[in-house]
Amino acid sequence: MADRYSFSLTTFSPSGKLVQIEYALNAIKQGVTVIGIKSANGVVLATEKKASSNLLKTENTSKIELITPDIGMTYSGMGPDFRVLVDKARKLAHTNYKRIYNEYPPVKIMVQEIAKVMQESTQSGGIRPFGVSLLVGGYDAHSDRFQLYQVDPSGSYFPWKATAIGKTSVSAKTFLEKRWNENLELEDAIHVSLLALKESVDGELTGDNLDIVVVSDPQEHLLGFKGTSVEGPRFKKLSSEEINDRLDSL
Amino acid sequence: MSDPFSLNGGSAVAMVGKDCVAIASDLRLGNQSLGLSNNFEKIFQFGDKTFLGLTGLATDVITLSEVFRFKHNLYKLREERDIEPKTLANLVSSTLYEKRFGPYFVSPLVAGLDPKSNVPFICGFDSIGCIDFAKDFIVGGTASDQLYGLCESLYEPSLEPEDLFETISQVLLNAVDRDALSGWGAVVYIVTKDKIIRRVLKTRQD
Repeated sequence: MADRYSFSLTTFSPSGKLVQIEYALNAIKQGVTVIGIKSANGVVLATEKKASSNLLKTENTSKIELITPDIGMTYSGMGPDFRVLVDKARKLAHTNYKRIYNEYPPVKIMVQEIAKVMQESTQSGGIRPFGVSLLVGGYDAHSDRFQLYQVDPSGSYFPWKATAIGKTSVSAKTFLEKRWNENLELEDAIHVSLLALKESVDGELTGDNLDIVVVSDPQEHLLGFKGTSVEGPRFKKLSSEEINDRLDSL
Repeated sequence: MSDPFSLNGGSAVAMVGKDCVAIASDLRLGNQSLGLSNNFEKIFQFGDKTFLGLTGLATDVITLSEVFRFKHNLYKLREERDIEPKTLANLVSSTLYEKRFGPYFVSPLVAGLDPKSNVPFICGFDSIGCIDFAKDFIVGGTASDQLYGLCESLYEPSLEPEDLFETISQVLLNAVDRDALSGWGAVVYIVTKDKIIRRVLKTRQD
């Protein structure tokens, strides 16, 4: 029985398309919009935390996750698939990099590792592709630059200056094309991401229904210990108060 | 007598100077007291300014130099840049620890300058990868006791490249002269931010 379905479910159609991947991209196009913006001194990842009912507790659900202290990741598409990829990415960061070189992987290497996992799910037997597109933002110590990548279910990945995925990604990208420039500061990037989200969110924007993460300067107070040469994590989630402050000045 | 670390003989030493490092080894390969080669280098280059010294059992020296050449080539392809000395040190450490219960019989040294900041870095390892971070000098091989003694008496901090060359050469030459399993020529590398100096030294041939 098991071997009956052990062929790859992702197979070429006569016209040369992999329809399973097209379906996955369709699922993503219905997902909640996520914005990613790179600036000279940090990356912003921002998304709406949608609650289908006001009975749902939203304060401890999170859509943007830490992968390494300097890399954050978020998604549009299927939440459960995202959590699987978060687990795999965190583990790969250690087994394939930190336990060998005693340092965390650069963003590009991390993205390649995640893309490899997603590609393998399009060519393996008995499994379906991941129903998510990812935005991976982080800091690269070797070039001293911030980076932002998108990873698709096919395993393709793209470096961006600013981008959006999900339901209103097309209009959001048009908006970002107008607002992004080379000397954007981190606070400007947060501002632009809120403006972009405002267009795609139905109700009012509040600190409680938004998830915003910045990867910027090392946060020594988030380290948990003192007196070593270890840098603090650059990944920082904005509190609802911090988001509300910025919404007030919108 | 059947200690694999001293079967073939050989010694190496590394030192930190002012904005430079030096690493040197002898050239002998032997089978116990029988000398076989006076052209067996034990220092290997990785990228522009990073070096690995490998003393101990010659078969493991060759195997590991090839293993690290392979790993370094893959690293360069993946990362599109040279490896940093401290990253190489951690790679050496994890590679050796993989063979925790059947180790390579070597005492490696790493010496180099950071590719970007040119900060000197040296360190040594035991055969299962425990890193010995050193500020001044590090030794390895069958003449390690003699090398320690000479380093303790001749080394001084912040030497200029040419003075560092003189110091490391005297340390190595006089140490291997008091070790029957080391000697038969020596090679010295001086690593500075804009050039690598390699010098082959003539020594006593007995």
